[in-house]
Amino acid sequence: MAHRAQPVIGTTGIVAGGFVVAVVVLSFVGLGLRAEVGRGLGPSEWAAIRFTVVQSAWSAVISVICAIPLARALARRRFWGRGALITLLGAPFILPVIVAVLGLLTVFGRTGWVNEVLGVLGLPGLSIYGLHGVVLAHVFFNLPLATRLLLQGWQSIPAERFRLAAQLDLPPAMIRRTLEYPLLLQVVPGAAALIFVICLTSFAVALTLGGGPRATTIELAIYQAFRFDFDLARASLLSIIQLVLAGSAALIALWIIPDFPLTAGLDRKLRRWDARGGVQRALDTGIIALGSAFLLLPLMAILLAGLQGLPEMPSVVWKTAGNSLGVAVLSIAVLLAIALPMAGWISTRRAGGAEAIGLIGLSASPLMIGTGWFILINPVADPVPLALPVTALINALMALPFALRILVPPLRDVLTTYDRLTRSLGLQGWPAWRWLVLPRLRAQIGFAAGLTGALSVGDLGVIALFADPDRATLPLQMYRLMGAYRTEAAAGAALLLLAMALGLFWICDKGGRWGAEA
Amino acid sequence: MLRLESIRIAQGDFALEADFEITPGRKTAVIGPSGAGKSTLLGATGGFLPLASGRLWWQDRDITHTPPGQRPIAMLFQDNNLFPHLSIAQNIGLGIRPDLKLTPEDQARVDLALERVGLGGMSARRPGELSGGQQSRAALARVLVQDRPVILLDEPFAALGPALRQEMLDLVQELSAEAEATLLMVTHDPADVRRIVDDVIFVEGGRAAAPQPAKSLLEDPPPALRAYLG
Repeated sequence: MAHRAQPVIGTTGIVAGGFVVAVVVLSFVGLGLRAEVGRGLGPSEWAAIRFTVVQSAWSAVISVICAIPLARALARRRFWGRGALITLLGAPFILPVIVAVLGLLTVFGRTGWVNEVLGVLGLPGLSIYGLHGVVLAHVFFNLPLATRLLLQGWQSIPAERFRLAAQLDLPPAMIRRTLEYPLLLQVVPGAAALIFVICLTSFAVALTLGGGPRATTIELAIYQAFRFDFDLARASLLSIIQLVLAGSAALIALWIIPDFPLTAGLDRKLRRWDARGGVQRALDTGIIALGSAFLLLPLMAILLAGLQGLPEMPSVVWKTAGNSLGVAVLSIAVLLAIALPMAGWISTRRAGGAEAIGLIGLSASPLMIGTGWFILINPVADPVPLALPVTALINALMALPFALRILVPPLRDVLTTYDRLTRSLGLQGWPAWRWLVLPRLRAQIGFAAGLTGALSVGDLGVIALFADPDRATLPLQMYRLMGAYRTEAAAGAALLLLAMALGLFWICDKGGRWGAEA
Repeated sequence: MLRLESIRIAQGDFALEADFEITPGRKTAVIGPSGAGKSTLLGATGGFLPLASGRLWWQDRDITHTPPGQRPIAMLFQDNNLFPHLSIAQNIGLGIRPDLKLTPEDQARVDLALERVGLGGMSARRPGELSGGQQSRAALARVLVQDRPVILLDEPFAALGPALRQEMLDLVQELSAEAEATLLMVTHDPADVRRIVDDVIFVEGGRAAAPQPAKSLLEDPPPALRAYLG
């Protein structure tokens, strides 16, 4: 006779989850209509697969290898600006890819700062295009993520262990063996797997720094087949390859991917007694300086070049900025309309099988969904006017897994804490949202909305497929300026885009906390 | 009349049985050792725990499967009786309508309830801006507007000091007498039993005994109760 209690909220979540599944499944249908699987894979497809896997593997390995000493140094040193640096490690999450690429070009590009220094020293310059450049940009984005994951691991080592190590006066080699290696063994595979999966579907980096037969990712090949040859059969086939590759990698990685830290809480002070030697101290200082320079120089470059470039910007930049803002706002609205009911649904269930739906965003790539939908829409209507709304929708889907990770745990807490009170008052459905969930989760909703807005405003993905000259977003316009070698104007646009991404994030995040009480 | 018909509540290894009825308008204390199942008994009555078997009746209505909010019951818990993000008036208003679409008459009832518990003029405050005693009063004001024939108290005043707790229990007694409500409260204190209640349900050894008149029971307790009272 034991019966399950009526859930307080959650029925609309099934509808929202169904909508997400439908968007993705229908795009498969579109792809299936056009893909000629029997045609088999030609040499260029194999080259794209190979390059995608190789660059992802290098990106993952280098990011993690560099993150280990950086995270260790951050974990055991206290210095002025440490909190700010750790906050900055979260910034690549909301930094538009194309902006970072321009920053990296300014520092590492053909006429960049590094090559100028090398030239003065009489050393040969380095090239940022091709595999090097793609991996460099991916490391720029994922080194901070890996560092945060490792730092989280380091801080999970109980303070008592370090106290015990100090009490026993363990030498550094012994501390590594007893405390650090077991930790690395636990965290490193997951961090590497996560970065590998993220890099598999990379598009904007490959578009700007890759290209050519030797440096084309699958995602880029989809774009080229679609945009240059309008070969929908080939684009569909590549999309299916992309899905199989990224999907299976994501599925495998799901077992070892750690919970990634989206929120603050990594600046906890932990007293350490080890690593007081001068060499270790100097080494850590050097590593932190190097790591900060690698992350900060490109950002500074954007700031400097952007300020000079602002007056050079053509007026179309402002128009596309308006488009981007519209896309971002629409994206936030769509995300909240999907993520909140889904979070409600997931929270009222015991285990998070439904969270897997949110993870579709990690394996289903934007260009794949875009291609599928283009094939479906094209016979019925002109897809071009739909470019901006489709971009907003796909951006929202991409942000969904992050939003669910932000919303579900606190929502579970709220529903548990006030479970009996809400049930005794008969608080259900919309009133439960209106009077309990929305006010209690304001801060998290603001944070999720801010992330989505920043991701969306800076996204250069599916819009590149659909857009015509009249319907560009700011990242796409920036890419066009870069392609036309109007570097100053592009830098100005980059600064504007950066300001918009940070501004959107800041407004939403602050808005969620404004006037909120304990 | 609230009737617990051969009910059995099972939670893992723990089980509690009860089979009795409670006369309307009576004030009944639930006493017994820690972990005996006092809160479990109230939780099941309120609809928060499923029954493994048996039926729960209110008058001629079978409320065994009725959701908590639709039972003829208002309940106060040990904690989390108020939403911290809503004003006192909104917290009380939820007792009238869960969607808070209150008519002017409803508003007037909220104000009246606030006056009655001595919180006049505090309607705009948040729970965090009130003292512990005032928060208890606010929760009682909501019980008042809920206007249910049965009131369950699962030690909502446990965190208050002794004097304040007495004050709250006196207020509960007055309010339930005015509303002619049936009161069922968990307590640890024999003094509460003497001062307030008519009947006592003694919970021990997996069984909740039928209510006995408090006076006679305390004067001549059976061995188990004698051991508990010390």
